[in-house]
Amino acid sequence: MMLDIRDLHANAGNKAILKGLTLSIAPGQVHAIMGPNGSGKSTLSHVLAGKPGYEVTGGTVTWQGRDLLSMPAEERAAAGIFLAMQYPVEIPGVTTINFLRAAVNAQARLRGEKEPDAVTFLRRVKEEREKLNMSDEMVKRPVNVGFSGGEKKRNEVLQMAILKPALAILDETDSGLDIDALKVVAGGINALRAPDRSFLMITHYQRLLDYIAPDFVHVLAAGRIVTSGGPELARRLEAEGYDGIVKVA
Amino acid sequence: MADQATIDTVQSQAGERYKYGFVTDIESVKAPKGLNADIVRYISAKKNEPAWMLEWRLQSFERWLAMREPDWAKLNYPRIDYQDAYYYSEPKAKPKLESLDEVDPKLLETYKKLGIPLTEQKLLAGVAVDAVFDSVSVATTFKGKLAEAGVIFCPISEALQKHPDLVRKYLGTVVPNTDNFFATLNSAVFSDGSFVYVPPGVRCPMELSTYFRINEAQTGQFERTLIIADKGSYVSYLEGCTAPMRDENQLHAAVVELVALEDAEIKYSTVQNWYPGDENGKGGIFNFVTKRGDCRGARSRISWTQVETGSAITWKYPSCILRGDHSVGEFYSIAIANNFQQADTGTKMVHLGRNTSSRIISKGISAGRAQNTYRGLVSAHARAENARNYTQCDSLLIGNRCGAHTVPYVEARNPTVQFEHEATTSKISDDQLFYCLSRGIPAEEAVTLIVNGFCREVLQHLPMEFAVEAQKLIGVSLEGSVG
Repeated sequence: MMLDIRDLHANAGNKAILKGLTLSIAPGQVHAIMGPNGSGKSTLSHVLAGKPGYEVTGGTVTWQGRDLLSMPAEERAAAGIFLAMQYPVEIPGVTTINFLRAAVNAQARLRGEKEPDAVTFLRRVKEEREKLNMSDEMVKRPVNVGFSGGEKKRNEVLQMAILKPALAILDETDSGLDIDALKVVAGGINALRAPDRSFLMITHYQRLLDYIAPDFVHVLAAGRIVTSGGPELARRLEAEGYDGIVKVA
Repeated sequence: MADQATIDTVQSQAGERYKYGFVTDIESVKAPKGLNADIVRYISAKKNEPAWMLEWRLQSFERWLAMREPDWAKLNYPRIDYQDAYYYSEPKAKPKLESLDEVDPKLLETYKKLGIPLTEQKLLAGVAVDAVFDSVSVATTFKGKLAEAGVIFCPISEALQKHPDLVRKYLGTVVPNTDNFFATLNSAVFSDGSFVYVPPGVRCPMELSTYFRINEAQTGQFERTLIIADKGSYVSYLEGCTAPMRDENQLHAAVVELVALEDAEIKYSTVQNWYPGDENGKGGIFNFVTKRGDCRGARSRISWTQVETGSAITWKYPSCILRGDHSVGEFYSIAIANNFQQADTGTKMVHLGRNTSSRIISKGISAGRAQNTYRGLVSAHARAENARNYTQCDSLLIGNRCGAHTVPYVEARNPTVQFEHEATTSKISDDQLFYCLSRGIPAEEAVTLIVNGFCREVLQHLPMEFAVEAQKLIGVSLEGSVG
């Protein structure tokens, strides 16, 4: 297993949010976690990425044989974990291209690798941004400043494409996107699917799964996975709503 | 509370020790401790100055005795005992040096540690260096090339010997020896500094740079710089500073005067990185500087760019007197205060002539327990028709214990004047920091990245080789206390 979450308990503030979550993801698999508001979806993504403000009170998370929870956030990134955020952050004055370069170089250093040269880096950015229909001007603008919702999400996918993670966690990537933007973003993500890359998609709605087909669907309720299945589970959710499924489970 | 995580991250990181905290072991020649008319005479005699210069110094000293130290700045520091300092010291070196071989090897070693490339590399880079070590200039290069262009670039002590009339004509005409407590003190006891004269129509063939350095413990450093750009000339002057680590507070009171005649342009850039004191607020330089440029001729232009990261106390307001019609004044500033540093800095744009314009871009960054104040005056006198000013004043806070203050003074005595003032205060948020971390960028690097982004508009105005150095310096200055 690439990622192994066992009986994970976590608090935000003093409130218990995750209450015994267990999940395993193998290389190349696409998992979707669906759940109603407040079920702990975002907490899961934040705890995995190492965001400050959460306290793990029990359980383990193993990533490629390492104890993920003991690693600082930047080391998790360097070890191949990428979080595409629900609300990408604006960084005034720092251009996307500089930001990406800082990230690529920092990760290389943390892994003990050589930093890629500028020409190679710029060529890669050009290739990837063109696939996402992003202009050169857009990557020269400060990170996410003045970007529309769709542009911000595309910028997340661009970063993912450049950083080439082994596990991409997509936190509500479909939120705030109209159908055209969703198609572009989903297309970008699908292009990144690979045998050595796993995805954990966190979403409230079935809609995203129409464009990115998951191998597994899990339903999260009250901090625990209450039921798992294939893509058909998502369709059932859409038809019956969370209430029915969660109660049955 | 939201930023507690940020602060903790920051505080947990060990502070980088001041990189340049070393003292060169060179015997020095010192004047006795304290200040009186005899010390002033001693300094003047040491420099073999003309009688009028001594007269001016003594007059300044008399004046100074009657002056009170200003207390209007938002700065807190212990009373300075002006009698408990040395006012003159020079490293013991051979009186005349023809080449680098004759320079004290220890001195050269110091330069090396500082990264001052007083070598062939500088020639390739096209930069002439007039290195001031403590109070005495010991090495000057590239004079030939400058002389060819007719540019005079030398220590002011040398200018007093070789070009006394030029010095006499301009010295004290921008910053009079009655100007303020610190400038008047400087006028009495200034040790050395740089002198630049660019003749009419000449574009100075290289960037001029001087590295000032304070080395002797408890030695006040009183630099005096005078730059004159004659009609239609252009000069770009770079100044960068570092100082060794010491526990005693070191007093520094420099004066810089710039004169731009008709159609002339002066660009003055500073990177100031004197010892800021330790993380507990012990030690550090007290820096009281008077810098002023006079756009004396029509269509003249003076531009100040400063990156202030050092000193425990900074009191500094590089200003422009826009006397000539259509003259332009600019002030681009980055001031970083970390730990217990206090900075009260800004500018004055005094519009006297018609159609004059000025631009102020100030970026203040506060971290640790530092206090950072922007203090600026924009004024237009009755004759200053159509004067224009644009001021942008941005503050960035890192952590919960520092402060940013903005004190703009605006006076317009002419109804045609247009002054604009914009100001923002922001904070590096936990979300920004986590966004960087989640991409693999460690916290300190993230802060540097964000702060460099915040300062970008000002960094762009620095000469290329300084811009790179300044970016590195921003990172070093914020290490250990920022999040």
